[in-house]
Amino acid sequence: MTKLRLVLLLVPVLAMAFVVGCGSDDDSSSDEPTTTATTAATCDLENLATYKDGVLTVGTDSPAYPPYFEDDDPSNGKGFEGALAYAIADQLGFNKSEVEWATIPFNVSFAPGDKKFDFDLNQISITPKRAENVDFSTPYYTASQGVLVPKGSELDGITSLDQLQDATIGVQLGTTAFDAVEQQIQPASDPKVFDNSNDVVTAFEQEQVDAIVVDLPQAIYLRDAELDNAAVAGQFEAPGGDQWGALLGKDSELTPCVDKAIKALDEDGTLEEITRQWMSDAAKAPELT
Amino acid sequence: MIGPVLEIQGVTKAFGERMVLDGIDLSVNEHQAIALIGASGSGKSTLLRCVALLTEIDDGDILLDGGVITDPSVNPVDVRRRLGVVFQAYNLFPHMSVIDNVILGAVKAQKVDRREARERGRALLDRFGLGGREDDKPDQLSGGQQQRVALARAFATQPRLMLLDEVTSALDPELVGDVLEVVRDLKKEGMTMILATHEMSFAREVADRVAFLHEGRIVEIGPPEQVLVEPKRPETQRFLRRLLAAGRA
Amino acid sequence: MTRAAPGERRAAREKAKLARSRRGQAIAVISTIVVFGGAAAIVLNSSGWPVVQEQFFSPEAFKTSFPRILEGFWLDIKMFMVIEVAVLIIGLLIALLRTTGTAALFPMRMLAAVYCDVFRGTPVVILIYLFGFGLPALELSGVPKDPILLAGIALTMAYSAYVAEVFRAGITSIHQTQTDAALAVGLTRVQALRYVVLPQAIRRVRPPILNDFISLQKDVALVSILGILEAFKIAQIETNRDFNYTPLIAAALLYLVVTIPMARILDHITARGEINS
Repeated sequence: MTKLRLVLLLVPVLAMAFVVGCGSDDDSSSDEPTTTATTAATCDLENLATYKDGVLTVGTDSPAYPPYFEDDDPSNGKGFEGALAYAIADQLGFNKSEVEWATIPFNVSFAPGDKKFDFDLNQISITPKRAENVDFSTPYYTASQGVLVPKGSELDGITSLDQLQDATIGVQLGTTAFDAVEQQIQPASDPKVFDNSNDVVTAFEQEQVDAIVVDLPQAIYLRDAELDNAAVAGQFEAPGGDQWGALLGKDSELTPCVDKAIKALDEDGTLEEITRQWMSDAAKAPELT
Repeated sequence: MIGPVLEIQGVTKAFGERMVLDGIDLSVNEHQAIALIGASGSGKSTLLRCVALLTEIDDGDILLDGGVITDPSVNPVDVRRRLGVVFQAYNLFPHMSVIDNVILGAVKAQKVDRREARERGRALLDRFGLGGREDDKPDQLSGGQQQRVALARAFATQPRLMLLDEVTSALDPELVGDVLEVVRDLKKEGMTMILATHEMSFAREVADRVAFLHEGRIVEIGPPEQVLVEPKRPETQRFLRRLLAAGRA
Repeated sequence: MTRAAPGERRAAREKAKLARSRRGQAIAVISTIVVFGGAAAIVLNSSGWPVVQEQFFSPEAFKTSFPRILEGFWLDIKMFMVIEVAVLIIGLLIALLRTTGTAALFPMRMLAAVYCDVFRGTPVVILIYLFGFGLPALELSGVPKDPILLAGIALTMAYSAYVAEVFRAGITSIHQTQTDAALAVGLTRVQALRYVVLPQAIRRVRPPILNDFISLQKDVALVSILGILEAFKIAQIETNRDFNYTPLIAAALLYLVVTIPMARILDHITARGEINS
């Protein structure tokens, strides 16, 4: 009887091993973000294979924070990415009423399977590894990291990243800040990684962390609009630079069209205009090395 | 010791609306065995529980060796250490071995040295026909054996008075004999005891006096030849007749 | 019809039994292959499978992320072990408090009852938030700020409420007659509790207590909310960095390494308890 039990046990185990080990071969995936050139014809409005017919569905997370969106309502077209979304839509041939927004939590946006949006704007950094699993548009912004500290604290007025090594630093999950902190600052104790932006801010307000590192535009917004006693100690480059792109499903037909739209916005100065309007203070923070 | 070991004076106890003990007076002298008989619900168990201070009386007094034990100022623990109680359902401690069951009281309550207690306990078990079973668990013993362990447990603390509550009622007939043998043994040694029982033949053999409980009062009390054979009171007569009919007398 | 000799009849019965058993075994093997093989075939041939395999079961992503996740898991284990001990002690104390009848302790008993209701009835994740962010906000002196401590306190309070109820049920399930018998041999109430009631109660509630611990082992992952770098949080970081979910599978496996043996121990103890009763 025991032999039979062994056999019966082995069958599902073998099946599982099959599932993990076999399946289809691992195609060698490209190491660069997909940027294929296509003919202009496939980006005609009538041919666009959008998620919903006749509608452009743009995804972002909720809550949607300034300066990327305003009042947690992307459809008002305000904020850097809010304005950008409508500009891209316009380039693709959609007018304002034909744009719909979908709430897509960040860690759902890159899940396999059909996307419930056409493209997603969520301050997402382009990396080669990420590009193996999703499509990125051509970059629309280059971000640096901002360091927020309590005004007048020891850390206010630092001039180099070394001075942050003994600090307890807070970052948000899913942002490039964690890697930036680990690699550029190399703090003595582990950074604290919070699930969302609110928790990072709370930790800062309650002095559970000495400093927080967030995207620079966000740092500036927090200092000016949300926190009472914060100062932007400085900015620094994330390792490998930090470029944001729109996120689309892997091998999406819309990718070249969104690329074309962003390039067009760049060439005619709209992108610069939007950036200047919503992200202008970014240049003013001192650089830390 | 002059004077009765136990005196029950005018004890009453009600549970809610029901008057279970309605004025009990009883005296037990040293070395005496009193058998309590009566129908179920007549108050036998309740009376024994009251004496053992497991149930609080409503009114009256109980005296042990001349001292009132039902006074609120008296520590019931000290009183219970002078008593031995055996229950119908044996109530052995299932997680302990037989020998540990027997000596728990001696060791923890009376602070007897453990080795000495074990010696005495083993001798007791031997005497009650349970030699060699001391390391067994209660559930490895038959009902009759478990009840004998319970008797040993109650006796091990060298009580002034033993209270036996229907100790054979839960046993199969063939096991009853061994238990009664132990009780007989204890009586011969001079143990003062009150036994509530259904076994009339046993009451006749062991008891010095038989008390018939009816609706919360001792309706008749006297030597067994009288109460059991020629009862004076009609209630007693009716009770015994019913018992006879059920084949229990 | 001639009567078969007893030996022959017996042999015939044995043969039939063997044939039945072989049939049964064959059916078992075949049905197992069909069900699992069929399921495997369906999964492996689905159009989305290659992508799912890459994003959920990638050996490469597993190898890269595993060492860091394992490191974070040590923190989970340490927290879990300390909290377990605290939960047992506090849970037992609360249960004892609630099952004694002394009048003097009435206010404490009421407090204990409220404590159990509140901390059992509130989702653990909310408790961790409240303790982690709410408590420091009160700015009382002496209140700890360390998130590990705060999360540990939240988990301890939540689980000690569960365990207290289990102990309480165990204690009250021990029949009053055991207490009577203990009192009858001259023990005090405290001694009766200590030597007769509690040993039996604790033995009786081992299965549900162990069950609660398996729960606790998993809920330790919730401390990640407060920013703490334990296994789950690290797995999340790795997942978000490369858009690959395999690190979460790695973290799950580590949890299974701990919870499955506990579940087997629990089964063993439960079975042994049934044999004894």
